[in-house]
Amino acid sequence: MTRVSFARGAAFGAVALAAMLAGCSKEEKTTTTTTSTPMAPAASAVATAASGPLKIAFAYVGPVGDGGWTFAHDNARKALEKEYGDKIQTSFVEKVPEAADAERVFRDMASQGNTLIFGTTFGYMEPMLKTAADLKDVKFEHATGYKTAPNMNAYDSRTYEGAYMAGVIAGSMTKTNTLGVVGSIPIPEVIRNINSFTMGAQSVNPKIKTKVVWVNEWFNPPKETEAAQSLINGGADVLMQNTDSSAVLQTAGKAGKYAFGWDSDMKAYAPEAHLASSVINWAPYYIKTTKDALAGTWKGDQHSWWGVKEGAIDIVSISDKVPAEIKAKVDAVKAGLKDGSFVIWKGPITSNDGKEMVAAGTNADDKFMGGINFFVKGVEGKVPGGDKK
Amino acid sequence: MLKLETRPEPSRAMSIASPLIALAITVLIGTLLFVLLGKDPLRGLAVFFIEPLKSVYALSELAVKATPLLLIALGLAVCFRSNVWNIGAEGQFILGAIFASGMAMQATATTGSWFYIAVIAAGVVGGMMWAGIVALLRDRFNANEILVSLMLVYVAEQVLNYLVYGPWKDPAGYNFPQTITFLKSTQVPKLFPGFRVNVGVLVALVSVAAFWVLLFRTYAGFQLQVGGLAPAAARYAGFSSRKALWTALLISGGMAGLAGGLEVAGPLGQLTPHVPQGYGFAAIIVAFVGRLHPVGIVFSAILMSMFYIGGELAQSRLGLPKSLTGVFQGLLLFTLLACDTLIVYRIRWKSTRPAPATPAIDDAPLNPVVASTTLPAREGTI
Amino acid sequence: MDQFALLVAATLNSGTVLAFAALGLLINERAGIVNLGAEGLMLVAAVAGFATAFHTGNDWLAFGAGAAAGAILAAAFGVLVIWLNTNQYATGLALSLFGAGFSAFAGIRYSQEKLGEQHNFAIPGLADLPFVGPAFFRQHPMVYLAIGLTVAIAWFLHRSRAGLVLRAVGESPESAHALGYPVRKIRLAAVVVGGALCGVAGAYISVVYTHLWVEGMTAGKGWIALALTTFATWRPARVLLGAYLFGGVTMLQLQLQGEGVQISSQFLTMLPYLATILVLVLISRNASFIRVNMPASIGKPFFPG
Repeated sequence: MTRVSFARGAAFGAVALAAMLAGCSKEEKTTTTTTSTPMAPAASAVATAASGPLKIAFAYVGPVGDGGWTFAHDNARKALEKEYGDKIQTSFVEKVPEAADAERVFRDMASQGNTLIFGTTFGYMEPMLKTAADLKDVKFEHATGYKTAPNMNAYDSRTYEGAYMAGVIAGSMTKTNTLGVVGSIPIPEVIRNINSFTMGAQSVNPKIKTKVVWVNEWFNPPKETEAAQSLINGGADVLMQNTDSSAVLQTAGKAGKYAFGWDSDMKAYAPEAHLASSVINWAPYYIKTTKDALAGTWKGDQHSWWGVKEGAIDIVSISDKVPAEIKAKVDAVKAGLKDGSFVIWKGPITSNDGKEMVAAGTNADDKFMGGINFFVKGVEGKVPGGDKK
Repeated sequence: MLKLETRPEPSRAMSIASPLIALAITVLIGTLLFVLLGKDPLRGLAVFFIEPLKSVYALSELAVKATPLLLIALGLAVCFRSNVWNIGAEGQFILGAIFASGMAMQATATTGSWFYIAVIAAGVVGGMMWAGIVALLRDRFNANEILVSLMLVYVAEQVLNYLVYGPWKDPAGYNFPQTITFLKSTQVPKLFPGFRVNVGVLVALVSVAAFWVLLFRTYAGFQLQVGGLAPAAARYAGFSSRKALWTALLISGGMAGLAGGLEVAGPLGQLTPHVPQGYGFAAIIVAFVGRLHPVGIVFSAILMSMFYIGGELAQSRLGLPKSLTGVFQGLLLFTLLACDTLIVYRIRWKSTRPAPATPAIDDAPLNPVVASTTLPAREGTI
Repeated sequence: MDQFALLVAATLNSGTVLAFAALGLLINERAGIVNLGAEGLMLVAAVAGFATAFHTGNDWLAFGAGAAAGAILAAAFGVLVIWLNTNQYATGLALSLFGAGFSAFAGIRYSQEKLGEQHNFAIPGLADLPFVGPAFFRQHPMVYLAIGLTVAIAWFLHRSRAGLVLRAVGESPESAHALGYPVRKIRLAAVVVGGALCGVAGAYISVVYTHLWVEGMTAGKGWIALALTTFATWRPARVLLGAYLFGGVTMLQLQLQGEGVQISSQFLTMLPYLATILVLVLISRNASFIRVNMPASIGKPFFPG
């Protein structure tokens, strides 16, 4: 082949490609489904689903297959579909980074006709706010954040209740009186969980102490493995995690120690090591929100924080190795949380450097709990970057 | 058997056709993948190639995504043409973002709206400084710039983490690792209300022109290129390779820092641990696919952005996994690199019997390479 | 003392992953080829290894699958870089990107699966010795294999004729070519073997180290291995020690955290990379240092004739 014919061939190829793409766009226009609307910014482009199904979209920070956080959200989405059937249509985008790209994803979801959008991680807060400000007809729900808008709510789950109940089990099963927690990012939610876990354990075994190791990520199985291993090396025989994969549980299994599942039921990953799983069930909240949206009674600027009482938190698959009286205690706590008679964060609560943080006879309120950055007595070490105030 | 034979001179036609052929092959493989996954291939291709261009808003998003790629790739083009292999543009991007954030946090309620210029300038300085370390170590100690710049990417990531988890953490941010949201005066002005595209696009387009002039119309650019193509000739002509090294690294570092600054002062509005998005590495691909030419880079930046955005859309429209984006980008570069060989070589079918030593009549008689491929060779066969 | 023994054991385990990958890269670079695609290679091998372990239940087959996956991808890389003379860094980066995407894609099916129970290994008798028992003798066989491999590679490079030829190719491919050696075939062989070793490292991560498949699970270990090869000035024994050092720093940092010691974790994470830069500076200062320590033709394309 000579140079000239190669060039001709290439030119032909380019023309063919262009023709094919041109043909594509024609095809796109004739198949009139809602999915072919181009991305658009203005509120006017949002299709109001007055007669069609309510379109709901979910943005996930991790992969659906993480077996933990995102998995729990997706399970709730599926429950939603089961509950409402034809009345709704759901879709999701996974691994949306907590960065500038998130805004584009939200806008695109809105332009596709979704009028109820869920963002399932803290890092989506600012992008969602920006999008909500422009698209006033769309309802936004943001998980684990603290800012709201007339068309944006913040919702969260009281994972600390699950952590407390796990702590009760941990305190009774430990032989070395050393518990370990693999922490993700040192934000108040995680600190609160570590504290609640410790307090739960102390309620059955005042001698325990808790060691904490930070992975500085929500999801990084190799690092979680190493963190778990280092805790075991340091003497911990019951592990807890605030990260999203089953690596900690599996590491405990390999070393013959105990651990808990987190966010989802992880029993299958290491049945011998698994004591219980503290799970989040987002379905009740998602179903209620969808009900409101369908009925037209949805309100913005709300902060919802649901726990055991509303069916959002549970401790499941408790192992047979746990003695019956401990199981009974956990059930009692659960019942107390359900009817409001049991309060986890009631004073006196002392930090691990001796200060009294919650006075005797008082209960910590949601605002206090939202900004926790101290460790309670029994937890070793300081909250990284925590004593800034 | 098939042999590769050097062309008498590099083929200009192939130089333009090669990226198109590479794209065509990538599209072909992509179509195959879609079919294997049970999705309509034409819709799949449309999502990647048509959707991102379909509306003004889409074009604006494309511009937002393409701008940092374009800026970094322009700088890298200068670097690579000078035979300086700056693989650490990602680190320089991060330092640009850090410096820009540091400057942005100096703004108070009374700062004028021109302040964003200072913020971006700080970004440029940050990137240049980080690349300067690479230049210094190569200049004084002969340390390989590829490895040093790559290591510095990781160091940069840790510096970023240290700052957002520590001294720069927003005290009102519930202990989340992020800085305050920067004030309006630090924000790069948007071009049109309702769209995210901002002044950065203009900066990018001006840069394209500036780099074209630098590379092809200035003496300095000429020196840089000669230094890259024929170092011995450059030395003989008295071109300073030291000057070339510093120029190339400072320019590419500055451009990466500029992109980082624009990202932070533009769509992001604060510094978070998620600032590094891999643009520095993707820009290397953009630079190559654009044949290290400013105009070519514009097209390849747009193409890469289409892959990114298309990958997102493919998820919500077709239920395809996000990992496809990486597959396409990698495939594109692979095929492009393979096709590029056709610019310098051509494929010939040669019999395995050694031909007589006299070259064929229509071949250039003075081409020693042609002569050597007619002898039985240990090398030179596929 | 007990804790320290456990720390040593954890270090050996963590370092083994890096050791395999870095040894593979060492062989590549000794022949003059830099494979920036190590991370992508390891990921594809990890998913191949996991899939094999999942379907066959045999860990050793899984390692083989990982090695094969690594070798195949490396061969593709090698053909492009050695015969078509494409730019090594760009091609390596393309491999990295492609490998990351492809592994995520192929691994979707496996992301929730789990493998069978893990065995705990112990060398009978030796494992019960005080301190050294838990520290050294309760490891997975691959840990010992890594040590053996290091010895074998060191012998190969410095004591065998084939190794001498390899090093010659890495120092000056033109001279080797002039002497009649098939430089390109040798380089390809080096790249394929190196890729296979990186593949083994990747499979080890998913099958033994973390016992899971998740996308991107190598989390930068491929890049660390690249740094490690340089840090070790391309000597196998130093690579192994460096791998343990890098692995040890990570485990130490975590252990210190657990004790409540407040050292900035970011600073500790930075250390291996800063150390590598320092080593680079030290060995490159001097023209003769470089000649002794670094394969001269690294990164440069070779054109026969």
